Amino acid sequence: MIQPLKAFREFWPRDRVFDFLIPEIPPVLDTSHRVILYLEGISVSFDGFKAINDLNLYVDKGELRCIIGPNGAGKTTMMDIITGKTKPDSGIAWFGQTINLLSRTEPEIAEAGIGRKFQKPTVFEAHTVFENLELAMASDKRVVPTLFSSLTGEQKDMIDQTLEIVGLSESFKSRAGSLSHGQKQWLEIGMLLMQKPVLLLVDEPVAGMTRQEMEKTAELLTSLAGNRSIIVVEHDMDFVRSIARKVTVLHQGSILAEGNMDDIQNNPKVREVYLGE
Amino acid sequence: MKRLSFIFDDKLGIPLLIALGAAMIMVPVLNLMVPETNFFHVSTFTMSLWGKYLTYAMLAMAVDLVWGYLGILSLGHGVFFGLGGYAMGMYLMRQIGTRGEYGHPILPDFMVFLNWDKLPWFWHGFDMFPFAAVMIVLVPCLLALVFGWLAFKSRVTGVYLSIITQALTYSLMLAFFRNEMGFGGNNGLTDFKDLLGFSLLSDGTKAGLFAVTAGCLILAYLACRYLVSSKLGRVLAAIRDAEDRVRFLGYNVETVKLWVFVFSAGLAGIAGALYVPQVGIINPSEFSPLNSIEIVVWVAVGGRGTLYGAVAGALVVNWAKSYLTGALPDAWLFALGALFIVVTIFLPKGIAGLIRLRKEAA
Ligand SMILES: Nc1ncnc2c1ncn2[C@@H]1O[C@H](COP(=O)(O)OP(=O)(O)O)[C@@H](O)[C@H]1O
Ligand SMILES: [Mg+2]
Repeated sequence: MIQPLKAFREFWPRDRVFDFLIPEIPPVLDTSHRVILYLEGISVSFDGFKAINDLNLYVDKGELRCIIGPNGAGKTTMMDIITGKTKPDSGIAWFGQTINLLSRTEPEIAEAGIGRKFQKPTVFEAHTVFENLELAMASDKRVVPTLFSSLTGEQKDMIDQTLEIVGLSESFKSRAGSLSHGQKQWLEIGMLLMQKPVLLLVDEPVAGMTRQEMEKTAELLTSLAGNRSIIVVEHDMDFVRSIARKVTVLHQGSILAEGNMDDIQNNPKVREVYLGE
Repeated sequence: MKRLSFIFDDKLGIPLLIALGAAMIMVPVLNLMVPETNFFHVSTFTMSLWGKYLTYAMLAMAVDLVWGYLGILSLGHGVFFGLGGYAMGMYLMRQIGTRGEYGHPILPDFMVFLNWDKLPWFWHGFDMFPFAAVMIVLVPCLLALVFGWLAFKSRVTGVYLSIITQALTYSLMLAFFRNEMGFGGNNGLTDFKDLLGFSLLSDGTKAGLFAVTAGCLILAYLACRYLVSSKLGRVLAAIRDAEDRVRFLGYNVETVKLWVFVFSAGLAGIAGALYVPQVGIINPSEFSPLNSIEIVVWVAVGGRGTLYGAVAGALVVNWAKSYLTGALPDAWLFALGALFIVVTIFLPKGIAGLIRLRKEAA
């Protein structure tokens, strides 16, 4: 009599909580396996045209990775996939071990710690440099908290630090509209940093910059890597050479070669399609 | 001190607030206490005229908030002003009671004239001032909420939004012209007798209305000033300059737009409610599309995105209008058009920009 009851008990233990009763906790970023970004077998086509074709890419924690490739190679599209702007037709994309990027919306991905600088720089021209950073700061962005918010000392320090990092400490009171093109790019990188991203995607940061500005940008990006992972898409080979430890060449939506700059430059396939030889 | 910096940082707003505060006290005093023969006497006519301008100034400020700061060119704010005015008018109508032409204890004259035998449902409650006071704010806000929700959620912006605000005000004008709507048709609401028991014909009441209007304008100015100098105010200007970027930073742009639009509509409603007892009438012409465009001209002339510019613009343009319509009745519209063109071409920042320029030069 007791025996079957005991056997039955296994099916309704008292300490059991049904799955649907457990509140869903967003997974925290887990990079215990060193890799922060996994893209595997990703393909996207626009009206039959394969912009990304079976792309595999792994980026390590703290890495500064450069992606190069001719126009139309799919570099921007790849960033669109990582940030949730475009959904791929097939493949998987994970942020660390736990966060599935394909099941999340753009703001959720931003929240999880992926920041992105678009190709065209946009800062708030009528606001001061300081205010631009203040608006970008990670904080409660709802209407009423924003109306009554005031800066804490901690937040001010964070803004000051960021000003220092991007080299705009002196011009913190200037209107962003009065900055040079290069300074605007740095301000935008600063705005990204205020959102405290773990992975930074930077699309063509030195387009239209002078040599000097380019060098400063290279310095800035190298100094930022380590604490965060950075993926830089760039055309300018000199610039890439000055920052890259590892370079990935993208061609017709898939990876053509990967390695350090010397390997890449001596790779016959790369020379053929990219360096035009 | 730091918490009040939103007032003290406003270098040109302070003199304006002081002037308004002084007018709030001095104008009624000069009207009531100084004999008519005295040089310093302010006539009741002048006082009510400027009282009316002050309500326009409040309306202009409401428009500046959405246009100057948020970048939404509303060409339909006359709607919210008019609705606030009608709500006040309905209260004033119910106060007439048996003193009307037909002496009906409940129905306003125009309903008796139309042979209606009972009050339409939406006229109930307007005999109580607190109810009317709530409606003055609530009705414009609700309309702004519904309109804004539809427009902003579907991401209508720029010229298209301006055009549908014109359509909104035009359609309300046509609706209010109809007798069946129950708002007095093209005659509107008029022949008011008293407000909260004070006769609207007495100088004392008119002086009181002037003071209350000036006081409301000061409070509204402070509220708007607080809003625009907060972080939310900086978000508004950011939306005006680069809407997509703001969205990407994690702000809900549509919600921000919606609440500021609703707040602005509420202000316009209060302005309309203060306007009606001072001019003694509200009719559908308040909804005419041209009216809403005029408001934008006041703001442009004063200088948008400054608040004080909107107030100054409304006062100056309307003073000029009264002067010109007296001197050259046909010329006003041309003058208004010319003014707008001159300001857009030579003074893109309006009067406020001119004053600031002089201050910087000095
Ligand atoms: N939304 C889209 N619709 C159609 N085609 C697109 C779209 N986005 C990108 N493409 C195409 O995909 C290819 C890759 O584009 P992109 O990723 O922008 O290249 P790049 O490497 O220069 O950044 C291009 O040929 C482009 O025309
Ligand atoms: Mg691109």
